[in-house]
Amino acid sequence: MSTETATNTQDTHADGQHHDEHHEHHIPTGLSRWLLTTNHKDIGTLYLWFAFIMFLVGGAMAMVIRAELFQPGQQIVNPEFFNQMTTVHGLIMVFGAVMPAFTGLANWLVPMMIGAPDMALPRMNNWSFWILPFAFLILLSSLFMEGGGPGFGWTFYAPLSTQYSNDSTALFVFSVHIMGISSIMGAINVVVTILNMRAPGMTYMKMPLFVWTWLITAFLLIAVMPVLAGAVTMVLTDKYFGTSFFDAAGGGDPVMFQHIFWFFGHPEVYIMILPAFGIISAIVPTFSRKKLFGYASMVYATASIALLSFIVWAHHMFTTGMPVAAEMFFMFATMLISVPTGVKVFNWVATMWRGSLTFEVPMMFAIAFIVLFTIGGLSGLMLAITPVDFQYHDTYFVVAHFHYVLVTGAVFSIMAAVYYWLPKWTGKMFDVTLAKWHFWCSLISVNVLFFPMHFVGLAGMPRRIPDYALQFADFNKWISIGGFAFGLSQLIFLVLIIKACKKQGEPVSDQVWEGAEGLEWEIPSPAPYHTFETPPVVK
Amino acid sequence: MKRISTLLVSAMLALSNSAIATTAAERSDVNLREGVTDISAQVYDLHMLMFWICVVIGVVVFGIMFYSMVMHRKSRGAKPANFHENVKVEVLWTVIPFIILIAMAWPAAQTLMAMEDTTESEVTILVTGSQWKWHYKYQDNPEVEFFSLMATQREQIQNKFEKGENYLLEVDRPLVIPTGKKVRFLITSDDVIHSWWVPDFAVKKDANPGFINEAWTNVNEPGIYRGQCAELCGKDHGFMPVVVIAKEPAEYEAWIKAQELAAIEAKAEEQRLLALNMSMDELMTQGERVYNTACVACHQPNGEGLPPTFPALKGSAIALEKQNIPAHIDYIINGKNNMPAFGKQLTMSEIAAVVTYERNAWGNNTGDMVQAKDVNAFINGK
Repeated sequence: MSTETATNTQDTHADGQHHDEHHEHHIPTGLSRWLLTTNHKDIGTLYLWFAFIMFLVGGAMAMVIRAELFQPGQQIVNPEFFNQMTTVHGLIMVFGAVMPAFTGLANWLVPMMIGAPDMALPRMNNWSFWILPFAFLILLSSLFMEGGGPGFGWTFYAPLSTQYSNDSTALFVFSVHIMGISSIMGAINVVVTILNMRAPGMTYMKMPLFVWTWLITAFLLIAVMPVLAGAVTMVLTDKYFGTSFFDAAGGGDPVMFQHIFWFFGHPEVYIMILPAFGIISAIVPTFSRKKLFGYASMVYATASIALLSFIVWAHHMFTTGMPVAAEMFFMFATMLISVPTGVKVFNWVATMWRGSLTFEVPMMFAIAFIVLFTIGGLSGLMLAITPVDFQYHDTYFVVAHFHYVLVTGAVFSIMAAVYYWLPKWTGKMFDVTLAKWHFWCSLISVNVLFFPMHFVGLAGMPRRIPDYALQFADFNKWISIGGFAFGLSQLIFLVLIIKACKKQGEPVSDQVWEGAEGLEWEIPSPAPYHTFETPPVVK
Repeated sequence: MKRISTLLVSAMLALSNSAIATTAAERSDVNLREGVTDISAQVYDLHMLMFWICVVIGVVVFGIMFYSMVMHRKSRGAKPANFHENVKVEVLWTVIPFIILIAMAWPAAQTLMAMEDTTESEVTILVTGSQWKWHYKYQDNPEVEFFSLMATQREQIQNKFEKGENYLLEVDRPLVIPTGKKVRFLITSDDVIHSWWVPDFAVKKDANPGFINEAWTNVNEPGIYRGQCAELCGKDHGFMPVVVIAKEPAEYEAWIKAQELAAIEAKAEEQRLLALNMSMDELMTQGERVYNTACVACHQPNGEGLPPTFPALKGSAIALEKQNIPAHIDYIINGKNNMPAFGKQLTMSEIAAVVTYERNAWGNNTGDMVQAKDVNAFINGK
């Protein structure tokens, strides 16, 4: 079913192909091709591979965490190393896996979707990728320092990260700075590309939603990554240069750290989910063979979510002792976010309604996304209610919530995107049997992994603890089993991707999927090294 | 057919998820507890209200989606419809959620205002977190103050002994409060941020160094209530439980009077001990006991610490060289760098014992003996 191809094979690309061949003579080969490349497709591939490797590294750390928590008592690691694992797992998954994966997708797809020959700033594009491996090399190498790596949580609350941290903090700060520079450069590139390089006729309200969501995401990144840079810099100067931003003894305030961090942190959450909305809005119409329902309202909903994301940050801090008026404000503002988010889910369901549905692998992931992301969204609505949040806060209920949103949300959408566009990138259909194994194993194990976390959280298990009371033992065993199974399932994905990169599989048509629409499906499969050197005209 | 069966599996999976959650309400190990205060009961009701609203939304939305997935399949010959917008529907599904939100926000705001009203309390207790213990001070009975440390044996954590019923949720000295009275907690910290949490009271408040937060409770039923630190506070974050005993007011009064008396006696006892010299054996026995409660978490049972964060005592200059004895006492009383001050937690004879122990254990065979009067002299000399 998945290999269904469009019948209108186009001969009109003969010219374009000739043109491409001419260029291919100049492509450097071997290592220097990848080091020196300014091609958006190469850089997209680099980002995606980097994200996948980091996903496996961060996943391995999650395995350590789940092995330690498999049963009560100290098992395989000491509490200090346990804290380092939770910290670095979080940092790697957020900054090393999810964000670079979305940037990789943007690199591959934005120019192809808007009819541009490449990203607007190709050399900066090269640099914004190639500083990333160094950032994570610094972060990971700090684990091997005397005293270990950062152990204060990915949220690095002061003063645990200042007066009470070890000297790996300096390396942590520098690596976050480099990640931030990379993100900002990537975001600027996306904005400039979308604003300046759309093909004639590609008006804003004709842009595919993936382009729209990434445009808004890029603005969020430019707005908040400097705030994160400020926060880590203040941590650095508090620790090493005698300032007292977060130290009450010197006139500072540790809670101010949390305000600054979450002013970055909450928009950051939407940075990791808005592009996912764009992906799902591309996949659902294709396999429903029906136009996306409510395109305009999708755009407005995305913009509303982005704006609201700047006025809800303190819902992460309800227990810090804010004035009751502030608690009210942040409760109501947070609840409001569920309105535009609901609009999106309703639009996807309305798109499927009375469509002509088929369930190829990208659609399977997209449907899993809609259901499981919505579960994460609903628990988010529960967390918004301040008086109840006092009970939920810093328990496994929160861990369940954000893993539903980020794993079955963001990560599943990335997988859906890879399965959706991979045939266009390689020109070959991926191994569908393996892909279905990957889907079902992931779907079942991810729920065994994260669903019981709701229960232990409600029953009172705090997060970030290396050992727990006996009443939580049964569920934790299941959570760990689910975790190991989910981790192993991703090796299926690895095998599938390696096979796809070796260009194994049936050749696909230009359109690849029967219902696919958009500029990227009109160019040949595999997508030539250079596309749209003459801009297409969009009607 | 195979397709339909796979579809059914995914549908059932989603449904069973919500089914487990619905039966969860009766069992306390899968759901929030109702607790023992009026506030905690209100919080529980809010939680259940939110939960059911979410379940209904989920069932309706996913129900429509699954219906569509079954009925509007290409394999059943479904032809795609043409519609792609409908202003009426879109306005409706923006407005209806908004109304539901207002229905949620109203009771939530009521409860929140009640929770944050700390006025007219009858008992006030200062709660201070530090790595990794709690300190309680009764503001109305200033003589009464004590540290509360986890009482679970290290051997249980290391899987050498069988784990007890209240594994990790037991302390040496629980906080005692009266039932039926509004008890106000002033919450702060001596080092990093901690969070004082008792689920049965629906009280969780961060302990911020340099600032004081307020919270309150009014417990309806006498009993023992257990909680934990809820904010990552370093290595032993998982090992600083909160235990509160709620007693009938009369019992509480008797208890607090006895505590006051005991505190006064303890001070007299400390003065008496100043005049006494303990033998090496006594010092070493008591020193080991003190070391295992106050020092062992960082400096480790073998005295080798976890460098560089927690330095070794074994073979260290501070514990070996005679001229460092005052510094050795000073670090314990006043702390140093990341090391907390133990002056409030330990008596002078305990400090004397643990200094002696650290100077003579693990091959640190200095033969140095430090007595309570030496510690007293150090304090007065300052």
